[in-house]
Amino acid sequence: MADSLALQGSFAATPETPFRDPTGESPAAKWVLISIAVAFLALVLFMPLVAVFAEALRRGWQVALASIVEPDALAAIRLTLLVAAIAVPANLVFGVAAAWAIAKFEFKGKAFLITLIDLPFSVSPVIAGLVYVLLFNAQSYFGPLLNSYGLQILFAVPGVVLATIFVTFPFIARELIPLMQDQGTGDEEAAISLGASGWQAFRLVTLPNIKWGLLYGVLLCNARAMGEFGAVSVVSGRLRGETVTMPLQVEILYNEYNFVAAFAVASLLAVLALVTLVLKAVLERVYGRGDGLRGH
Amino acid sequence: MFTRRHLLFTAALAASVQFGGLGFAYAQQTIINVSYDPTRELYREFNAAFAEHWQGEKGETVNIQTTHGGSGSQARTVIDGLEADVVTLALEADIDAIVSNTGKIREDWRGTLDNNNAPYTSTIVFLVRKGNPKNLTDWGDLVGEGVEVITPNPKSSGGARWNFLAAWAWALKEHGGDEAKATEYVTELFKHVPVLDGAARGSTTTFVQRGIGDVLLAWENEAFLAIEELGPDQFDIVVPSLSILAEPPVAVVDANVDAKGTREVATAYLEYLYSDVGQNIAARNFYRPAKPDVVEPAELERFPDLELVTIDDLGGWREAQPRFFGDGGVFDQIYLPGR
Repeated sequence: MADSLALQGSFAATPETPFRDPTGESPAAKWVLISIAVAFLALVLFMPLVAVFAEALRRGWQVALASIVEPDALAAIRLTLLVAAIAVPANLVFGVAAAWAIAKFEFKGKAFLITLIDLPFSVSPVIAGLVYVLLFNAQSYFGPLLNSYGLQILFAVPGVVLATIFVTFPFIARELIPLMQDQGTGDEEAAISLGASGWQAFRLVTLPNIKWGLLYGVLLCNARAMGEFGAVSVVSGRLRGETVTMPLQVEILYNEYNFVAAFAVASLLAVLALVTLVLKAVLERVYGRGDGLRGH
Repeated sequence: MFTRRHLLFTAALAASVQFGGLGFAYAQQTIINVSYDPTRELYREFNAAFAEHWQGEKGETVNIQTTHGGSGSQARTVIDGLEADVVTLALEADIDAIVSNTGKIREDWRGTLDNNNAPYTSTIVFLVRKGNPKNLTDWGDLVGEGVEVITPNPKSSGGARWNFLAAWAWALKEHGGDEAKATEYVTELFKHVPVLDGAARGSTTTFVQRGIGDVLLAWENEAFLAIEELGPDQFDIVVPSLSILAEPPVAVVDANVDAKGTREVATAYLEYLYSDVGQNIAARNFYRPAKPDVVEPAELERFPDLELVTIDDLGGWREAQPRFFGDGGVFDQIYLPGR
């Protein structure tokens, strides 16, 4: 306040254009903008979330709990966690490798590679699922071949995992590419000229530089891996207790008019997502407000 | 740094072993029944009864997996390689699709079990709002001023095809076999449909949960179930003067049961549908039993008598399917979205 007053004083010589502090909107405008943002968030995010929990608890928390510890629901929870536990590390490795290649090296076909990484974002998840149906169905080349070795891909857990990896692939790579491009190759070059091996340069220089972007990518990837519906529904075959993930379980229960159970499982899915967010906040606090967690 | 690399490798290995194992965990005495949407409640009860029966008979535990969805897309999963032991679908055409695409079911499957392989039948009735405020009593009333009719899309839903053919059959009879008049009636009828859902459950939700429309054309079992599950005080069932006899067929998937060694239990499973127990369970779940004489009379009271035409009266599915629902067929000619 004192600052702006002082500034105003220095500009007093030109009365026709009175000075306005560029960041100091009138209080009315500020409150209108904040209220619009809060109201919008409440309407499209918070209320539906509350509705999900309210519906789940409509007949008491015991009923909600019972529908979560029921064997099929437990199997769905286990499968969802298993799928995320495979898809996230796989995409972590692929994502870092791809971002590294794109950001630190020049090579032919780089633009093509970036487009390829974006592909899962641009095609509908249903198409992603259908691709695996086409590749591994009983009339295809690979399906019967793998089947003869006792390995079932489609309508089994491997199909669910593959479809999830496909749709969650871009999250980590996309997070890292702009970050690593910004940082350039200077630090690594310095490390290597001081005698570091490639692996040391990556571990001691690159990794600390990208850790927040990486963490954010992992969290997004995990959230999507647990929540994916479209692609998984195409390849799952909906065998209860075997290939049904939590989002599919929600749909099945809903179609059985079992609304309380459907919303109970949906609530748990929402809680898992919230846990992911809390985890991110905790990590940020523990490790300090990192080197600018994402610029955008 | 070695430990970290090691850890990642071990985790990946553990994961691959685990999902590899899960992939063929259902090798023994588990049978998969690929069914369609409205049979969820029926097979939940029947599966428990059969498992108990099989335990008593053979001393073996059998685990039954049933999957549900639109009948056509369910058939598709079997064609694509889902290792179903039995299929219990809405339409003959869907089982025939498995036969012609994969040969996994014998061509003369219809006749391997009683009653054309249909252990239970159903028909199409009207579900209306409580007290029937628009006074809808028969097919003719559905095209009255301001009446909104809810039915799924016959191009994608098996149930909707029965709805369409029931309406067609009524109009044909009403106008003494004049097909031009019947076409006129169904054209008018579909102008009264505000929402065409993809599948039967979707239409039920539109009508019941979202409160859209005055009448839902529904399977009789689906209508009873909607009333029981969602509000006895909100809906009534109206039985029209004439409707169609729907015979949802069941069959063993020969190639799969032979590969898995489950032919005996799969066959017994389907035959048990025709037993006293199976028939009573079907009736309790609002399907008309194929053998009403073995069913408790009290369970039959809810099924009123009405005139039922069969698909064979309309030339059988092989003729009706392309004629009415194929590309450029009767439905394509009469239905213009957004009118």
